[in-house]
Amino acid sequence: MGVFEILQIIIPSAIFFAAPLIFTALGGVFSERSGVVNIGLEGLMVIGAFTGVVFNLTFAEQFGELTPWLALLVAMIVGAVFSLLHAVASISFRADQVVSGVAINFLAIGLSLFLVKKMYGKGQTDQIQIGFDKIDIPVLSDIPIIGPLLFENGYIPSYIAIALAFVVWYVIFKTPFGLRLRSVGEHPMAADTMGINVARMRYIAVMLSGALAGIGGAVYATIISRDFSHATISGHGFMALAAMIFGKWHPLGAMGAALFFGFAQSLSIVGQTIPFLKEVPTVYLLIAPYVLTILALTGFIGRADAPKALGTPYIKGKR
Amino acid sequence: MSSGRLTNFLIPLLAVLLGVIVGSIVMVISGYDPIAGYSALLYGAFGDSYYIGETIRQMTPYILAGLAVAFAFRTGLFNIGVEGQLIVGWLAAVWVGVAFELPKFIHLPLAILAAAAAGALWALIPGFLKARFKVHEVIVTIMMNYIALHATNAIIRSVLSDKGYKSEEIHESASLRSEFLQSITDYSTLHYGIIIALLAAVIMWFLLEKTTKGYELRAVGFNQHASHYAGMNVSNNIVLAMVISGAFAGVAGAMEGLGTFANISVKAGFTGVGFDGIAVALLGGNNAFGIILSALLFGALKVGALEMPSSAGVPTELVDIVIALIIFFVASSYLIRLLLTRVKKEGK
Repeated sequence: MGVFEILQIIIPSAIFFAAPLIFTALGGVFSERSGVVNIGLEGLMVIGAFTGVVFNLTFAEQFGELTPWLALLVAMIVGAVFSLLHAVASISFRADQVVSGVAINFLAIGLSLFLVKKMYGKGQTDQIQIGFDKIDIPVLSDIPIIGPLLFENGYIPSYIAIALAFVVWYVIFKTPFGLRLRSVGEHPMAADTMGINVARMRYIAVMLSGALAGIGGAVYATIISRDFSHATISGHGFMALAAMIFGKWHPLGAMGAALFFGFAQSLSIVGQTIPFLKEVPTVYLLIAPYVLTILALTGFIGRADAPKALGTPYIKGKR
Repeated sequence: MSSGRLTNFLIPLLAVLLGVIVGSIVMVISGYDPIAGYSALLYGAFGDSYYIGETIRQMTPYILAGLAVAFAFRTGLFNIGVEGQLIVGWLAAVWVGVAFELPKFIHLPLAILAAAAAGALWALIPGFLKARFKVHEVIVTIMMNYIALHATNAIIRSVLSDKGYKSEEIHESASLRSEFLQSITDYSTLHYGIIIALLAAVIMWFLLEKTTKGYELRAVGFNQHASHYAGMNVSNNIVLAMVISGAFAGVAGAMEGLGTFANISVKAGFTGVGFDGIAVALLGGNNAFGIILSALLFGALKVGALEMPSSAGVPTELVDIVIALIIFFVASSYLIRLLLTRVKKEGK
């Protein structure tokens, strides 16, 4: 097996696994840049996956080929609404943001499994019938070598995820909205003095993270698992969180990290078919994303600084 | 002061009450009978001696996981890694239980100590990184959870079994199982672990409230700068706090490994006990006695839930919803405090 064939297996599958992580990690960037820790990404992905699959199963006949796209839209809305719980608890009621995030995770898995059992009478949904189509991107896929590797035979949401990272970068670093968002996360009191509504900005940011994590979960369920059960989302939200930190709270960094984690995930799955990787025990590939995140945080891979006000509720008039 | 203590006592009670009420609303909306649901739950937790035995058995690791979370909380740290520390503790306990053949009075303590040491070691890493590099312990402990899960699975497959999915059963001399406790509870899986858990609660209380070191640990948790100014070594205290917290978590794993299961099998996902420990600690007000009560509540909820599908048709997940809601309400205690002060003002 030549190098090119190996790359042809690994790279598309890395992009394939990375897409849900990219969406969710971008959501995490919004929330944490505004100063709200979001451990609840995992739960929000669960809700997204649940919504995506249930919508797909219920409305596949009415909407046909459009179904998965509408499912993403609905998962986005449900994710945003569900994240309101986290927003209300941690912004208005000054709850510990980590604790509130943990509660989101509990609630998401409990509620979605409860509903699955109620609706389908078993702990697992049926397989969805209509997924996303694979496409070749015109022009780009004709580039020699890179074309077939990156732009051929991929799922549309994967390309949307990568494009979205650039959009988020633009929004956060080049627009007044982004400046306000970051100021609220760095120094809420100064932002408040300048007339920015801190609570409102944080609410928007948390709901954006819920919307994006909802999409991430739905993309995962539609493309990768194709059904929903208790094990559908197992740690992907935390991996997205890790990607966001590894990417130093920067949208493009988060995307890069998510692609890398997707790469590690795909290696641990397709690695068995590749000659020299067969010798490496899978466990090293499985733990790689987490070990790397710890190393990144420790400063071995460049210093990463969190937004200054991350994790602290803003109480007006308190110094 | 007394009204403050009353509030501290009322918040968890109100949180549980609100959780139960919202839980019954969920049942009504989804077409179940909440009274039948909760009676099934109650019966499944305390209905006869078998169920009581199961509830106490479930309560055992909850107490220890709750103590682990609470110990870290009291010293200003958030240990979300209890789950991972519990898994490595479980692995260490079973490993010692399988590998050696020793008299019981050596073997059993050795297996438990091995679990404590493994949990402590797993917590040492985030503690050290926090103290030395100021890395936030929440993220590191989450990452350590996944590393623990995958590493443990790999060790079970390659070392503790021949590419199988579970280890051998531990030797009798390392077992916490008790024929006596089983016979008085109609052959439930109740084991001697509950005594160790209660003992651990006393140890945590004594350590934090009655020793100089405990005072130091709490002081560092309260205000690092003031403690530093007072001549305490902040870094050492952070590491020590994490290590002790991890040791409690490791022992929680030993309860599963030496008592409930007597082996360890490959895990597709987390046990959940470590995460439930966060709920136990929060509801128990991070206080040793409170934790015993809240562990009893969560143990009863988890065990009682198993009865709900057969007698009331309600999925067991209802209990997870209720637990999540309780965490929400405890975490949002600002809301409850606000309500309480308003009620008081109107009363005057």
